[in-house]
Amino acid sequence: MSKPESIAKTLSNVSDIDILNNPDIAHIFINQNKVIKTNSIPGLKIETAEVEDRIEVKVIIEAGVKIEHPVHMCFGMMSREGVQKIVMDIQAKQDSKVDVLAHCAFPNAENIKHIMEAEICLEKNASYSYFERHIHGDSGGVEVIPKANIQLQEKARFYTEFELLQGRAGTIDINYETDCAKDSVLEMVTRINAIKDDVVKIKEVGNLHGDHARGFLNSRVAARDNSKAEVYNKLTASGSYARGHVDCKEIIKDEALVSAIPIVEVSNPKAHITHEASLGSVDSKQLQTLMSRGLDEEKATDLIIQGLLS
Amino acid sequence: MSILEVKNLNLRINGKKILSNLNLEINKGQVHAIVGPNGAGKSTFASAVMGLTEYRDISGKILFKGEEIQNMTIDARAQRGMSFAWQEPARYEGLKVRDFLLAGSRQKDEDYIADKLEKMGLDSQAYLQRAVDETLSGGERKKVELASIMAMDPEMIMLDEPDSGIDVGTLEKIFEIIKDLKQKGTTVVLITHSIAVLKQAEHAFLMCHGEIIDRGSAEKIIPYFEEKCIPCPHKNLPEEGDISHE
Repeated sequence: MSKPESIAKTLSNVSDIDILNNPDIAHIFINQNKVIKTNSIPGLKIETAEVEDRIEVKVIIEAGVKIEHPVHMCFGMMSREGVQKIVMDIQAKQDSKVDVLAHCAFPNAENIKHIMEAEICLEKNASYSYFERHIHGDSGGVEVIPKANIQLQEKARFYTEFELLQGRAGTIDINYETDCAKDSVLEMVTRINAIKDDVVKIKEVGNLHGDHARGFLNSRVAARDNSKAEVYNKLTASGSYARGHVDCKEIIKDEALVSAIPIVEVSNPKAHITHEASLGSVDSKQLQTLMSRGLDEEKATDLIIQGLLS
Repeated sequence: MSILEVKNLNLRINGKKILSNLNLEINKGQVHAIVGPNGAGKSTFASAVMGLTEYRDISGKILFKGEEIQNMTIDARAQRGMSFAWQEPARYEGLKVRDFLLAGSRQKDEDYIADKLEKMGLDSQAYLQRAVDETLSGGERKKVELASIMAMDPEMIMLDEPDSGIDVGTLEKIFEIIKDLKQKGTTVVLITHSIAVLKQAEHAFLMCHGEIIDRGSAEKIIPYFEEKCIPCPHKNLPEEGDISHE
């Protein structure tokens, strides 16, 4: 099996469905800076271009089209070192709806950089959900730098979830910013497990410009050993009746260091935003309850963290 | 035959004496109640027996099945066959009922834990995948807690205020469970200030101001507790040297 086929197979295996051979499922497979396979379907067009040091990907969901099966995006590198840069342009036209499952696999990483730069535009009443799961190796030699600018037009709905629970986080530097028009809905969820000397930085910004826009920024991080995690959540509201909430929870163990900077900014007396942040060790009552069922402290802690990040 | 013996137990929290020279024995396979007004030290006593973190500043001895346990960790005590159900059970973000029950279960088997949920009147299909979080009502959470303890199947269970925050139907279910536990030989210790709960016990210890002031059959303790203790204005814990009921 050739290397591109190998990674396609590996990435394909993260799902129960045989994505590669299913013509009804839109997908794109990229190994480092090489496009292995793409599949467009009626109403959803995927265009790619290999340009110098990067791959440019354009995804267009046509107006009124509701995509039945989730689109699979698989980005990864089987090699130990190298740089992968992907520039995404996603346009969900009016009244369209699509769910995306993205898998990013770097199982052998020793010195790998994964850069993602995305421009996402959801037109009026469009709906786009993006679930991104990272699968890393145990060396921690991976740097993940995803950056996204998201525009939500009237009544658009955007949901994104970033999950990194398998393998070492390495260095994560997330930077997402969303502008929300009237009646639009934004939800960003991040769940990361950091160990050893992993470094996690999360910056998520939501601007609720439109009347009745809603936003929720939700971050969950467990930091152990000597890892570091910094979460910067900012939610602003200038639209009348805009509503938002920022929720950050970070659990710390060992010599780890965590910080949270929640910023809420309201410039309209009819808007309302709340926030809560909780940083520290696992809750004593939760821990002691599990210990009273016979679990030792380590196992009880692991179970609590597993729940938090699930 | 006693399963738990407490000898001259004294406990301080932040330097303040909370339990004073407690002596008691809990008989194996029987239902006992520790009864008394709010602030008497009942929950503190059970917490000290379980070895909870905030209740470790003690003197005296706690023997479980003849073995001294007062210096053991919570999990070591649990592994020897005791457990504790909190008055207000902890909630866990994201942790599924299934995983919570399996964690301490004697049998790592989904059918086994599903059966415990069903015994508590919860539809296992509906509840196993739910999270043990704020989406469960107080009564549901209490039932999950008891299902978890039944799955663990310890030899001695301490239930702290089992009637708090639940409806009448759930309380009846809990009383049935207590009867089932007794039938299979499990020792039950009820921490309560409720006459209805006290009536489920065979033996009772009456606590006031950190001391055991009376003991005997539940029939003997109920009238005194009802007539003397409930109207008594002693609500606050005493300062050191002021341990006295009268």
